Amino acid sequence: MTIDRLLEGLRQRDPRAIGRAISLVENGAESAEVILSSLDEDLISEAMVLGITGPPGAGKSTLTNGIISQLRRDQKRIGIIAVDPSSPISGGAILGDRIRMMQHATDPDVVVRSMATRGRLGGLCATAGAAVRIMASCGCSPIIIETVGVGQSEMDIIRLADITILVLAPGLGDDIQAMKAGLLEVVDLLVVNKADCKGADILAMDLEAVTRKGSSTPTQVSMTVATESKGIIELLGRIDRVDSEHRDSGERQKRRRGAHDQEVLEWCLEILRPRLLAEITKRKLPLLGDPRLKAKNILAEQ
Amino acid sequence: MTGIIHKKRVLVGKPGLDGHDRGAKFIAQALRDAGFEVVYTGIRRSPEEIAAAAIQEDVDAVGLSSLSGAHMRLFPAVVKALGKAGAPEIPVLGGGVIPDEDITALKAAGIVEIFTPGTPVEKIISAFQDACEKKPAG
Repeated sequence: MTIDRLLEGLRQRDPRAIGRAISLVENGAESAEVILSSLDEDLISEAMVLGITGPPGAGKSTLTNGIISQLRRDQKRIGIIAVDPSSPISGGAILGDRIRMMQHATDPDVVVRSMATRGRLGGLCATAGAAVRIMASCGCSPIIIETVGVGQSEMDIIRLADITILVLAPGLGDDIQAMKAGLLEVVDLLVVNKADCKGADILAMDLEAVTRKGSSTPTQVSMTVATESKGIIELLGRIDRVDSEHRDSGERQKRRRGAHDQEVLEWCLEILRPRLLAEITKRKLPLLGDPRLKAKNILAEQ
Repeated sequence: MTGIIHKKRVLVGKPGLDGHDRGAKFIAQALRDAGFEVVYTGIRRSPEEIAAAAIQEDVDAVGLSSLSGAHMRLFPAVVKALGKAGAPEIPVLGGGVIPDEDITALKAAGIVEIFTPGTPVEKIISAFQDACEKKPAG
């Protein structure tokens, strides 16, 4: 596919072109810059980016599938970026989130892309932001980003998404887990999935108790049974309300500004990385001595 | 950007109604261990679903598994669905309980390689590697 045909394909919202464009950007191809500067910035700034995060097996993909079904009833065109971990040993990956969403496979208005973390540890891949922009530019909104199964501190999603929901399920730990610092404190909505299982009510109570502490606007806790599409309409209603509040209050713009600056910073560091590594290797520094001081010296000389 | 990456992406799926996915999962894992990014779509997929997913995921090759005897119908149907969806250049490989006499016919129908229960896993991985490299930039 020539670059001109690719750009034309993106304007036509051709699935082939969208898939290829994301690959080229993900692989750092030379044409990535042309692609990323040809996108529709108006659509990108209007789109809603919804983050779905939570521990492995909580039901993120199944909940995503339920959300897709409901949004399709409202005729929305949806993008999904589903991230799974890369093997630290082989660099390979099993991207399996699609299994739960295959009922939408032939729907042209459900654009799904599976991505591997490729060494990044924050719960997303480095090019997730670029993939969001490509999908938004091709008319998708909302764009749902499903993170890898996370622990307590994978914060990438908080930055990239306009609204983030944390999906938990009963049976994964006691109430002390809910009290710990981390993701729980910064997400916009909490979901107790598998709400038909034992312990779901207690988990919801624990979460409510924790989020109510010291906050005038405690995080709401929704109950869902994603496999039966229960609770999804209510959850979507809450997401919409948070979204319009954030648009009215300026919170959405504030977050986008923070995310933007942070992403630019990360790319700066990413671009500097190989040059700095070469410089460090070249110097054959003694093993003795403090690494931080050595770093300062190297940077001072650049 | 910090250099160009050439990561091989493949889709592994099972068309048709047969639910025996041990083989497909085994191959998916072997490919993962060989450094591939493997989109796994699971069992009971229609050829059209597999083709649409392969295009959205921009994979370099598609691997199919069938143990039910329906390979003569389903494997060529995936090749056809890919062509119809505008991606005839994505190579399709297949594996399963496939009698020798069917292999020639499947290859004539556009399946690049066929693997049977005796095929060593190294051979399967290198066939996927070749298929990914030979795929023309579409």
